[in-house]
Amino acid sequence: MNSFTPPELITAFPEIFLAIMSLMLLMLGVAGKEEKHKTVSNFAALTLLLLAGAVYRFCHGSNLTFNDMFINDTFGAFMKVLVLIGSAVSVYMSTHYLERQRIMRFEYPVLIMFSTLGMMLMISAHDLISLYMGLELQSLPLYVLAAFQRDTVRSTEAGLKYFVLGALSSGMLLYGASLLYGYTGTTEFTHMANVLNGTGAVSLGVIVGMVLLLSGLAFKISAVPFHMWTPDVYEGAPTSVTAFFAIVPKIAALALITRVFMGPFGHIVHEWRQVIVFISVASMVLGAVAAVRQTNIKRLLAYSSIGNMGYALVGLVAASEEGVKAIMIFTAIYMVTSIGAFAVVLMMKQRDRMVENIYDLAGLGQTQPMLALAMTVMMFSMAGIPPLAGFFGKLFVFQAAINAHLYALSIIGVLTSVVAAYYYLRVIKVMYFDAASDDTLDRAEDRRLNGLLAVSALALVLFIIAPGPLLTTAQAAAQSLFAL
Amino acid sequence: MITFPILSLVTFLPLVGVLFILFIKGDDETVGHNARMTAMLTTAATFFLSLYMYMGFDTSSGDFQMVENLKWLPGLNIRYKMGVDGISLFFVLLSTFLTPICILASWDSIKTRVKEYMIAFLVLETMMVGMFCAIDLVLFYIFFEGVLIPMFIIIGVWGGPRRVYASFKFFLYTLLGSVLMLLAILAIYNQFGTTDIAALSAMHIAPGMQKWLWLAFMASFAVKVPMWPVHTWLPDAHVEAPTAGSVILAGVLLKMGGYGFLRLSLPLLPVASAYFAPLIFTLSVIAVIYTSLVALAQEDMKKLIAYSSVAHMGFVTLGIFTFTQQGLDGAMFQMLSHGIVSAALFLCVGVVYDRLHTREIGRYGGLVKNMPRYATVFMIFAMASVGLPGTSGFVGEFLVLAGSFQVSTTFTALAATGVVLGAAYMLFLYKRVVFGELTKPDVKAMKDINMREIAIFVPMVALVFWMGVYPTSFTGVIAPSLTKIVKIYEAQNAAAASLPAAVERKAAVKKDEQKAKAPKEKAHEGKKK
Repeated sequence: MNSFTPPELITAFPEIFLAIMSLMLLMLGVAGKEEKHKTVSNFAALTLLLLAGAVYRFCHGSNLTFNDMFINDTFGAFMKVLVLIGSAVSVYMSTHYLERQRIMRFEYPVLIMFSTLGMMLMISAHDLISLYMGLELQSLPLYVLAAFQRDTVRSTEAGLKYFVLGALSSGMLLYGASLLYGYTGTTEFTHMANVLNGTGAVSLGVIVGMVLLLSGLAFKISAVPFHMWTPDVYEGAPTSVTAFFAIVPKIAALALITRVFMGPFGHIVHEWRQVIVFISVASMVLGAVAAVRQTNIKRLLAYSSIGNMGYALVGLVAASEEGVKAIMIFTAIYMVTSIGAFAVVLMMKQRDRMVENIYDLAGLGQTQPMLALAMTVMMFSMAGIPPLAGFFGKLFVFQAAINAHLYALSIIGVLTSVVAAYYYLRVIKVMYFDAASDDTLDRAEDRRLNGLLAVSALALVLFIIAPGPLLTTAQAAAQSLFAL
Repeated sequence: MITFPILSLVTFLPLVGVLFILFIKGDDETVGHNARMTAMLTTAATFFLSLYMYMGFDTSSGDFQMVENLKWLPGLNIRYKMGVDGISLFFVLLSTFLTPICILASWDSIKTRVKEYMIAFLVLETMMVGMFCAIDLVLFYIFFEGVLIPMFIIIGVWGGPRRVYASFKFFLYTLLGSVLMLLAILAIYNQFGTTDIAALSAMHIAPGMQKWLWLAFMASFAVKVPMWPVHTWLPDAHVEAPTAGSVILAGVLLKMGGYGFLRLSLPLLPVASAYFAPLIFTLSVIAVIYTSLVALAQEDMKKLIAYSSVAHMGFVTLGIFTFTQQGLDGAMFQMLSHGIVSAALFLCVGVVYDRLHTREIGRYGGLVKNMPRYATVFMIFAMASVGLPGTSGFVGEFLVLAGSFQVSTTFTALAATGVVLGAAYMLFLYKRVVFGELTKPDVKAMKDINMREIAIFVPMVALVFWMGVYPTSFTGVIAPSLTKIVKIYEAQNAAAASLPAAVERKAAVKKDEQKAKAPKEKAHEGKKK
């Protein structure tokens, strides 16, 4: 009998700290009065932000703990910082909206914190079991959040839809995981990588398991053909929740996919490359084509996010350090762009009522020039037009793809980006070329949103002057993933 | 010698103006006035600074000068590298010269959203100048595509009735071409680990790869030039754009395609350029003849000049792909001349459009009677466009034809018909607008050009004659850089022609080496054991 040795807890300190803080805030919320809700929310945002700083400052190298089920490395730290910043921003920017919709409850920030905790576990997963634990801890609060505005049909419908489809994808993922365990005899990533070391034929069971696992994960990043939930959930959920959906969970899922496919499956690239190529191409094409006819801005951004995940997956197809670096740079820039875009969506009000149609933005270039300018920056950046930051995200992705000699994929990628440019341009067209209607948008007065919008717009414009910090950090993080 | 980073200063000075304009506050009228003044001052300052750059330019050298080379993207060997040679020097001057003219031309005609308009033009100037100065492929690409943003806004906001269609077409057409170029750039970077244009022109890219890269570059530049059959965005964009937008479009943006061919396709991909030259010849000649005929049938003044632009740019591509000194000289000269002349013609259209708000040729007639000064100016530029000796248009066309005559008499003969057709449509246009009876009352009431408009036209007229009478002051500066391109082209094509022999020789050498190595390695292994 082995004697029990307690796991080294310090490696998982950020997660443990976040768990304790979430529980404390839950207590505070339960015990406190209704006026306390805003305090809980602010406190949650602050915690997440501080934790992001701490992770950035202290998490380096590569450490395993909990019987190698949990890994803390620079790659994970990079993604965790993004997730934490994204969550902090989501909490920060939603308070005003929630108050006006009369759904300001203390559960909201607490749920986001629990979901964030799940995402951090996902990013750090080094075993199929911890992977599943993290994934579910992330997903369950998201189902609740989608249905947060429980009085409205649309929101509850979104929550239910998300839950049913999410459960289905979890089922597929679990089945895939069990197949993998059956055929490799292990759930731990390093062991699995040793078993699947590329020598000898890969058994069919492993391939089926891997594809099922990928299906479950593709659902989380809403890649085609597992994207169906995205437009409906984006549209139905309260806007602040949609913002959270768009900004954060995909980063974590993308990190997880990267870790799984570069780690245990890293030696059998030839077995999964064509699957990811298909998913990537399908996402890029659908994201570009289906968005063309959308008039609801939330649906538009949903399709745009599907397309963008396709670009991120191009980096994964490259299956190289450059590819991983490209994924990280792309994700970071995409997150900033999403924050800005959703800040604008949260500001879209007419006579104090939220509106979501693109044409409600008509004439914004005249009525609120600064707001329109910021939104223009977001749209051009998403379209990948230089000199804005979005261009660099795509530049690195395609650089990795070209270096891996994926010429056809790159050509499809850039061509779909031209199609996608059309609908981003359409938003700009509505703001600048169309005359203002009688019903103009209310003036943007929410200081938090204005501040966030200004910061993200400036970051996208000025990125070209100082791209250094992001690039070097991403480089180091990508190296750490391949160091093992 | 200029010791400070002059190119970056010229490039980014307009952005300083943008900052000032952003913070202008007040009622519409003061904002408009201040924005105009700021933009005018900034662009004028930029022009003088670029003149100073011209003074410091060593005209005897064909190398890049005033080079700035800074670290930019860490982890990649992509740098912020700027420099000018004889080719880019005049394009920089052309851009900085035309922008203040555009601001002046929009002084009265743009009344709405003046602030945004001026910002768009200043950003546009930064992008244009930066594109001509950049000597790193990625940096070049960023400026090249960055031009789209302000131009899209300019056409879309201040354009005519079909402005939305025109602006989208312009944006998506050019974007489609340039994204393929981006992939080509990345492929080059993957191969050689650098995107420095000067360093790359010393390297030999494998001929098979050259062809693919060339096609990708071509996709981008052919749309920009524009070459037949991808020229259809141009008439739409020109017709809908405000006058100043057309001026920049014809004056500078079209030159970006020709500049791209000269700067990238020829020196980096000489073998593929030679291979595809017949294709370019064919497309150029079709452009010259076909679009000239189309121009003859136009009822819209701007459309006519737009089609004439396509025809004139056909001469440019023809000249570039002759790979002779005269042909290249001619292409460069034709681009500069067209930059001034077509810009001026659009301004001429703008003058009457401001007064009568129509571009329909049939609505005018007899303008010589009430607008004699205008008729004179218009005539000078019409003649320059036709290519009358003594004006700039003649020198360019003559040199191009002289160059292409050395390569192919057939294509030269066909292209020469374009000169005749060019005379036909320009004179026809001039006759219908300026001569004839002055009958329509609203046309009678039109006033001759005012002081502001004279101030716009005087420097352009002077330039047209200067270029026509004393072209050496331009070709002399350009020639060394072009000679360099011709040399690279000849050397690499000669090498490619003897390539099969060289490959065999190399293979033989390698075999010998391996034979020599083999025993050594065995001995080495023996030691290890």
